[in-house]
Amino acid sequence: MANINLSDIEKYFGENYVVRKLNLQIHDSEFVVLLGPSGCGKTTTLRAIAGLEEIDSGDILIDGKAVQNLRAADRDIAFVFQFFALYPHLTAYDNIAFPLRASGQSRSVIDTRVRKVARAIGIEQLLNRKPSALSGGDMQRVAIGRALVRRPKAMLMDEPIGALDAKMRESMRTELKRLHFENGSTTIYVTHDQVEAMSLADRIAVMDEGVLQQVGTPTEVYRRPKNLFVAQFIGSPVMNVLPGRVQAEDGRIKLFLADAAEGFDFAGPVPPQFTGTEDGLMIGVRPEAVQVARDERAGYIPIEAHLIEPLGAYDIVDLKLGSQFLRARTASGFVAGPGQTIWAHVEESQTHFFSSQSGSALEVPGN
Amino acid sequence: MAHVRLEGITKAFGGHTAVSGLDLEIEDGQFFVLLGPTGAGKTTTLRLIAGLERPDSGIIYLDHQNVNGWSPAQRDVALVLQQFSLYPRYTVRENLEFPLKSPARRWTRSQIAARVARVAAIVRVEHLLDRKTDRLSGGEMQRVSIGRAIVRQPRIFLMDEPLSNLDAKLREALRAELKDLKSKLGATFLFVTHDQIEAMSMGDRIAVLHAGRIAQVGTPYEMYNEPSDVFVAGFVGTPTMNLLNAEISDGTALAIAGRFEFRLDGAARARFAGANGPVTVGVRAEDIRIGPDEAIEAVAHGVENQGVEKIVTLRISDCLLRATVPAANPIAIEDRVRFSFVEERLHGFDATTGLNLRRRQAIIPGRTLP
Repeated sequence: MANINLSDIEKYFGENYVVRKLNLQIHDSEFVVLLGPSGCGKTTTLRAIAGLEEIDSGDILIDGKAVQNLRAADRDIAFVFQFFALYPHLTAYDNIAFPLRASGQSRSVIDTRVRKVARAIGIEQLLNRKPSALSGGDMQRVAIGRALVRRPKAMLMDEPIGALDAKMRESMRTELKRLHFENGSTTIYVTHDQVEAMSLADRIAVMDEGVLQQVGTPTEVYRRPKNLFVAQFIGSPVMNVLPGRVQAEDGRIKLFLADAAEGFDFAGPVPPQFTGTEDGLMIGVRPEAVQVARDERAGYIPIEAHLIEPLGAYDIVDLKLGSQFLRARTASGFVAGPGQTIWAHVEESQTHFFSSQSGSALEVPGN
Repeated sequence: MAHVRLEGITKAFGGHTAVSGLDLEIEDGQFFVLLGPTGAGKTTTLRLIAGLERPDSGIIYLDHQNVNGWSPAQRDVALVLQQFSLYPRYTVRENLEFPLKSPARRWTRSQIAARVARVAAIVRVEHLLDRKTDRLSGGEMQRVSIGRAIVRQPRIFLMDEPLSNLDAKLREALRAELKDLKSKLGATFLFVTHDQIEAMSMGDRIAVLHAGRIAQVGTPYEMYNEPSDVFVAGFVGTPTMNLLNAEISDGTALAIAGRFEFRLDGAARARFAGANGPVTVGVRAEDIRIGPDEAIEAVAHGVENQGVEKIVTLRISDCLLRATVPAANPIAIEDRVRFSFVEERLHGFDATTGLNLRRRQAIIPGRTLP
């Protein structure tokens, strides 16, 4: 159990920043995910907390105590890597027991704790097997068990399920979250996979190019992204982002996207500085916020379907908007085929406005 | 443009049979996807069609001609692989010109220029034509690779996991581009992948391969809604279809692990083809209803926010089931919830063979029933 406080962390190679002025507070028992593309500085940050990497400036505080000058072994933190670093000649039991034996615990204490951890991670029946006789998922369970058995102050995980196949990742996600729910250790988890981040995190810290972009609950980063990077990194299918303009016509507000001739009726609030025809506005709409109808409907505009991607539970339809496309999530089979015209509208409460210069989200009144 | 037919193809490497008795037909102008896990025989099948491997038995037809003895060049196929094989010191333009400059093909300089310009527009690399390929991003490189494949109008495009090394956002964009490309070119595509989302979103037809054999051939809609066996059911769709062992008697099913009962009324009964005794019941996450008045009690074992919806793992004794609920649902871990199945959407499989009970009588292409 631990609070971890990162204060003005910086790390650079020559002229290039790997991590820049990073401030992040992780509360006791919290599950925080560092999310970003490769090279964004997330792994460097994690390794710095573990003591595997030195930082150039800033403070790393664990329970209020600066640890940046302590050795990794003295920080009381457990680390799980993407590639299971198990001892191949030892059984699962001995792999998990290893850290306890190294610290000189009695045999009965070790046995109790190994079995307790094994039960928590669901590998009691595999304890006598060697790693070579385990599946990828089971090996990673053993690695997690070995990290947990020491009851460290904090667990750090670097893409621990990234090397597993899709189905295994899905079930390991549920298990990892359950494990955290049951033992409550402070956890920092690194991934590039937004689905993992959304599923597991209490809070997500989104990073890009060494800079923290946004910190928030999964709902916050999904519903209120602070900038275009976060908006398009989180969510699948990706949020539609199109150049747009807001125009008042006959006392009503119209939203024009891309170079489409017709605008959507828009009843929601718009950024105050953009009620004219100025350039510089980017408009973001998630595919599920594009509402569709088969017949003409007030406020909807007719749009031709260009492509349909059936994904089983739903379809993704590319709608032709001038020379660009607006992707909509529809019920399976809603659009019969390419070339069909349907009516579409964007949901006001889920329409995002960004400055095309800075990429930052623009405030709208009452939001 | 080509029609492809495989008839009884078997290929072994040493003692390992990679594909076994494979029958497959790809229509002219179709986007055909071979889908399966690692080791299913997908890449071997593709290499056999390309002429890079020879089958041990069986016949490969291109446009109704037996091409078993033809070299890869004679077959006139274009390959796009996961690893972009571009010439690093050449510009994008030179890479695109390369297939047209082969001595076997006689193109004039102006024909070459016109074709390169057209292809560059199709794969959206016009602004990059004079850049060296080692200065391109992953997505740009893969677009150039695809451009190089289409520049010479081969009979068929063979693509082996071309999107696997790209990040999620780029994969999504290129998926739509490839599908669009197919409709522009009207060409025949054979696309190999282990990613069911790619298969579903792009394929006109999909063949699911499992251990060197075809488990099912059909449209994405059929794969998802009428899986022919438990393997296809579990492989296609995310979250993975819930599969539970149950025992049917007198129209009531008893799930074995969780020890809970549910009625199989009208529609559901037909889907189990009147089976009695042990079965495997399949239910997709979106076909589980959650609400205070539903029939079966469970505990929320896990809750995963996915933005547009949440995945709730339901625990009933020691049985876990995944269900999707709208993101706004405030359900939390360890909450008590009630659920039921959308009965007309249940899937029934034979407990021993794994075959869909409704398909037991039907003939599934490329497969011998036990």
